[in-house]
Amino acid sequence: MPKFTPLPDLPAPPNTVGIRGWLRSNLFNSPLNSIVTIVAAYIVVQGLWWFIDWGVINANLIGETRADCPVDANGEKSGACWVFVYTRLEQFIYGFYPPDQIWRINIVFIIFALCIGALVFEKTPWKNWIAGFTLLVFPFIAFYLLNGDAFGLTKVDTHKWGGFTLTLVLAVTGIVASLPIGILLALGRRSEMPIIRSICIVYIEFWRGVPLITVLFMASVMLPLFMSAGVETDKLVRALIGIIMFQSAYMAEVVRGGLQAIPKGQYEAAQALGLSYWKTMTFIILPQALKLMIPGIVNTFISLFKDTSLVLIIGLFDLLAIVQSAIVDPEWPQVSVEGYLFVALMFWVFCFGMSRYSQSLERKLSTGHH
Amino acid sequence: MPQQTTPQSPVKTKIWNDPKARSIFFQGVAIAAVFAFFYFILNNALTNMENRGITTGFAFLNNQAGFGIIQSLIEYDETYTYGRTFFVGLFNTVLVAVLGIFLATLLGFIVGIARLSKNWLVARLASAFVELFRNIPLLLQIFFWYFAVLRALPGPRDSLNFADAFFLNVRGLYLPSPQIEAGFGAVWLALLVAVGIILALSIYQRRLQRDTGKTFPLLLPSIALLLLLPLLVFVLAGSPLNWDLPELRGFNFQGGLTVIPELMALLVALTFYTASFIAEVVRSGIEAIPKGQTEAANALGLSNGQRLRLIIVPQAMRVIIPPLTNQYLNLTKNSSLATAIGYPDLVSVFAGTTLNQTGQAVEIIFMTMAVYLTLSIATSAVMNWFNKRYALVER
Repeated sequence: MPKFTPLPDLPAPPNTVGIRGWLRSNLFNSPLNSIVTIVAAYIVVQGLWWFIDWGVINANLIGETRADCPVDANGEKSGACWVFVYTRLEQFIYGFYPPDQIWRINIVFIIFALCIGALVFEKTPWKNWIAGFTLLVFPFIAFYLLNGDAFGLTKVDTHKWGGFTLTLVLAVTGIVASLPIGILLALGRRSEMPIIRSICIVYIEFWRGVPLITVLFMASVMLPLFMSAGVETDKLVRALIGIIMFQSAYMAEVVRGGLQAIPKGQYEAAQALGLSYWKTMTFIILPQALKLMIPGIVNTFISLFKDTSLVLIIGLFDLLAIVQSAIVDPEWPQVSVEGYLFVALMFWVFCFGMSRYSQSLERKLSTGHH
Repeated sequence: MPQQTTPQSPVKTKIWNDPKARSIFFQGVAIAAVFAFFYFILNNALTNMENRGITTGFAFLNNQAGFGIIQSLIEYDETYTYGRTFFVGLFNTVLVAVLGIFLATLLGFIVGIARLSKNWLVARLASAFVELFRNIPLLLQIFFWYFAVLRALPGPRDSLNFADAFFLNVRGLYLPSPQIEAGFGAVWLALLVAVGIILALSIYQRRLQRDTGKTFPLLLPSIALLLLLPLLVFVLAGSPLNWDLPELRGFNFQGGLTVIPELMALLVALTFYTASFIAEVVRSGIEAIPKGQTEAANALGLSNGQRLRLIIVPQAMRVIIPPLTNQYLNLTKNSSLATAIGYPDLVSVFAGTTLNQTGQAVEIIFMTMAVYLTLSIATSAVMNWFNKRYALVER
């Protein structure tokens, strides 16, 4: 008896598999879509070509002065003048820090990068200790290294701090200092004591309701009025006070979101064990909630990182401000686009990287928790 | 015989262990601390201002300002008071906020829907737009448009010319301005009548559908009515509208409407920045609707348009509107960055020039913050009401 053998499967129609199938189903699945695809592809190719032509092929990378970027008869450059960014790079990163002391900033950068790297990498041992070191010890190391005036280091005044260093100092100090204040405010907002709760709500809603720029104005013009006569505060410290007060209100809302995500049973179980309020919070609730809050904290860090550029308005020289002042230098005409692109790239790389990290964390947390 | 237990007297807790007493104590301390803090800073502020010879109070608002402002929606020149500069700045802020909200909503919805497009290239372009613009500081974007783009435009004599009516140069954008003549009121009236008819029709359509299940197309007739009826009246009334075209006279343009470059740069930057956030709001709102809703609508035999109009959009809007309002509020607050390029908004004019001239820091910062605070508290009150009204009622 002949054994039944099915005929071999026919191959799938050629226009539904492979590159052709992909193109057909994703780019050309209807006449209208085909037209849209062609128009969009044309614009993309044109734009990219123009950018490569300007930024790579006709650009000038090597040189010392503006004369190394030749201009034609109309006074137009042939392409981008990256010489500008290249020669000023040190100033853009380190500000007006004395060149022979720059190693101090580099050490701070290296420690910071190691800490962040260790925290982001999933399998690092003793993660809690490293987190504690980053939040509690590192700020002091960084302060003494940057400011000096101790351990035999010469003092570097804060008005010499600038560039990307200042941007990082503002953003990291802002976030590290606002975290504990934010936690207290969030606990206060959920407190059962009506007066404490109202004070916290008023504080949070006040700072969340006003633009950062008015807060910075307030810190720079009103804060000196509020101090006792004779007390002088540093411009950077005043800006930091403004940023921390502003940021702690946003941080409080992130913490509140984390606290709300903890099931009620956890509170009840802690109460049943006879733990006091503070013990419940430190040993039961906050360790769980803080883990849930990391994406939110990263997101507020991203917005704070971008917002630090506002200190330009009260006369501090962060990355944007230092590039802006280099652009208006009469010795370097027509380099604004190059300067802005450099700043944009710096901010973009950091913000995009952080937002990707927080997204991946969110995905991981949402599967692990339920 | 069961043993009789004598009821024990409740254990007297120590007063510092009594939660009620503790709570009163802590709250008392908190109030005292807040009062002490405000007393301290107010006291210092008053002494410091006295030492610097600054008078306190709002009397300075009646003094003559003596400085010009490049754009004002209300009548203003150097002879008006400082109080007037507050309103000039306020209206300029409102202008840029309203225009920005309109444009950012438009662009944000387009990009957000494009991100969900089945066309791979369009979806990728839309996400590139979002990732590009939301990860770059707004201030940098404002600077880019203002210093790198608009400052690089040609002078008035070599303006970019569109149809001899629109001119773009380094001093701004020049548009034709409509001059309304007598008889134009009839056109407004026609527009009103058209809106009334459309409303009546849509109510009738809904009733008809509810009672009989029948329906008729409404969208295209409505658009036609909205356009044609006023146009007909306009022609019948003898075209009572003239366009005042900008014209190059000497070194500058005269006539027409002028959009100053500061406003343009601010508007473009705010629109792109906020649109990238709105696009994310729209995308997540649409993605939040379970696929089963679409399948159920298809199973009921609804058309594509009906599915969107009756099933998808109403549910997506519930998710979209609260964060959308939040973005509107952010846009309004972000418009205060105008001060960096000199667009005369509230912060730039009032908390900038007026503050520098008068030195009344406390009063002026207080008034400026109060404006933004009122706005955001009012918005969140409306949002809370909205959330209560439209929250998903689970049965």
